[in-house]
Amino acid sequence: MSFEFTKENLEKFEETLKRYPQKRAALLPALWLVQEQQGWISPESMETLAKLLGLTPAYIYETATFYTMYNMKPIGRHHIQVCNSVCCCLRGSEETVGYLKKKLEIEVGESTQDGRFHLSTVECLGSCGTAPMMQIDNDYHEDLTEEKIDQILEKLK
Amino acid sequence: MEMILSKNWNVPDQKKIDVAIKNGAYASLKKIFKMKREEVIEEVKNSGLRGRGGAGFATGLKWTFIPKENLSSGRQDKKPVYLINNLDESEPGTFKDRAIVEKDPHMMIEGMIIAAYAIGSHTAYIYIRGEYYKQWEIIEEALQEARKKGFLGKNILGSGFDLDIYQHRGAGAYICGEETALLSSLEGGRGYPRIKPPFPAIAGAWGCPTIVNNTETLANLPFILNEGAAAYKKFGTEKSPGTKLMSASGHINKPGVYEVEMGLPIRTFIEEHLGGVWKNHKLKAVVPGGSSFAPLTAEEAWATNLDFESCAAAGTSLGSGGFYVMDETTCMVRLLCFTSKFYAHESCGQCTPCREGTGWVDQVIKRIEKGHGRERDLQLLQDVCKNMMNGRTICVFADAAAMPVLGFLKKFGKEFEEHVKLGRCPHTVSLRGA
Ligand SMILES: Cc1cc2nc3c(=O)[nH]c(=O)nc-3n(C[C@H](O)[C@H](O)[C@H](O)COP(=O)(O)O)c2cc1C
Ligand code: SF4
Ligand code: FES
Repeated sequence: MSFEFTKENLEKFEETLKRYPQKRAALLPALWLVQEQQGWISPESMETLAKLLGLTPAYIYETATFYTMYNMKPIGRHHIQVCNSVCCCLRGSEETVGYLKKKLEIEVGESTQDGRFHLSTVECLGSCGTAPMMQIDNDYHEDLTEEKIDQILEKLK
Repeated sequence: MEMILSKNWNVPDQKKIDVAIKNGAYASLKKIFKMKREEVIEEVKNSGLRGRGGAGFATGLKWTFIPKENLSSGRQDKKPVYLINNLDESEPGTFKDRAIVEKDPHMMIEGMIIAAYAIGSHTAYIYIRGEYYKQWEIIEEALQEARKKGFLGKNILGSGFDLDIYQHRGAGAYICGEETALLSSLEGGRGYPRIKPPFPAIAGAWGCPTIVNNTETLANLPFILNEGAAAYKKFGTEKSPGTKLMSASGHINKPGVYEVEMGLPIRTFIEEHLGGVWKNHKLKAVVPGGSSFAPLTAEEAWATNLDFESCAAAGTSLGSGGFYVMDETTCMVRLLCFTSKFYAHESCGQCTPCREGTGWVDQVIKRIEKGHGRERDLQLLQDVCKNMMNGRTICVFADAAAMPVLGFLKKFGKEFEEHVKLGRCPHTVSLRGA
């Protein structure tokens, strides 16, 4: 399956190019656009970006894989990222991870069978004062309790 | 007390530019455009402002490192100069730059305009960590508003000064907060730190003179230019003037972001601002400046103040103000496992002592925590850490990974020995406490 930006995203991409003195700098924003459009960074999308930016697909792969937020594989519809870093652990993030594993019946790094959720643990998200916390897609959910987690997941289809 | 950065944080809709302007936002611009660049730098130098990104480097002095031919007013700029607002904020324990964006983004933008004017930059970037998506949206909106009002773009307020500000989103890599890694990432590559010198002020983004400043540093500038260096120096201590945003977390009753005057005793901070240690427990330790630094024992903490000198004298650092508290029930070995996991995960992998060292440290500490530690492991940890420090690597990430390990071993070494001797963790409760 080849990859093309939607018309809207192509415009956004071209807008981004104007912000930098060199084309290559638009790579991170372009990868974000790809991920927004199809949820992950497919090999085909890297080939398309390579043409648009005058880079090699290998360079793009090498760069994208350096960063943890680009999904190099398709994942569940909703990406649950629980912070299990230094400060969150002081306020029970391990219990939060344990609860989610049990509730979703998956291990960290796995997706639910129905493809609805993918569970990850991540390092500090800048939310230590409201720990335990998780990020689902673009949203932060803070001061978590088991009831709160139930309610939040309930709403996500 | 009326503080500098947080004074309008409780104003409803302070994010909106009209509300912000009513509260004084962008007032400093009229003033600075009547000043020469050098005069703005001089004012910031006189204020004694020190960088809030972790190292506490004098801000005005840093700006003077931009080559003269780029700095002097009136002359044709030789190369473009770039200003970068470091909003990568990823040091565990730190969430104060996020508060600035959420509560008063225009103060940060105004600060960027001042800094850009002072260093002769016409293009500035905000490097924002990828996870801060909502914050990215807030800033996009605020930048648009500022453009509409003529505070950004061409010929700002008729001054002849042009400035564009763009956001550049990171994608999850702690190391991109290090200024040269940030530049590599901005240019569209892996976030690899670069050898210094050359320093960014000489050859930064795209080989051009570049100043990287932390978000909080920049947010201090409107006050300094409006009220003057002398007014700024009324806050804080002689060598650490002003206030500091502290991100407080861990075993306390009232976590959150607090603006405190530099020099505030840690005891006052914990007891009065943070509502004390939670569950009526006793204090065991404090890390005042983020996970990269050594902890203070309760006794040391009670004798230390929140300013650069006092923290340094106590063998730690005020760092980025990531202040976290551990109560008497905390297993320090287990806690250190979380710290070493972080550094092993985040090393960029370019330098052998760092890549291998952070991995070893992580494995050995895990082993001790699980009860499989050997007596010689404690010495091994020290040796590996010492081999990571003091200029053996491209950047100081390796030092940042080693310092907490050495600090915890020095101050809570008994707990590590106990784990080894017993062959298990003597603690029965999780880090969250009983
Ligand atoms: C590993 C590492 C991570 C860093 N992360 C950040 C960060 O997230 N935000 C920040 O402002 N500075 C960070 N710094 C410091 C920057 O390199 C740089 O010194 C700072 O942004 C300069 O701004 P200031 O002079 O205003 O403090 C980091 C440094 C290191 C070594
Ligand atoms: S010290 Fe570590 S993080 Fe810094 S450049 Fe070397 S390997 Fe990368
Ligand atoms: S440690 Fe979890 S948000 Fe900072």
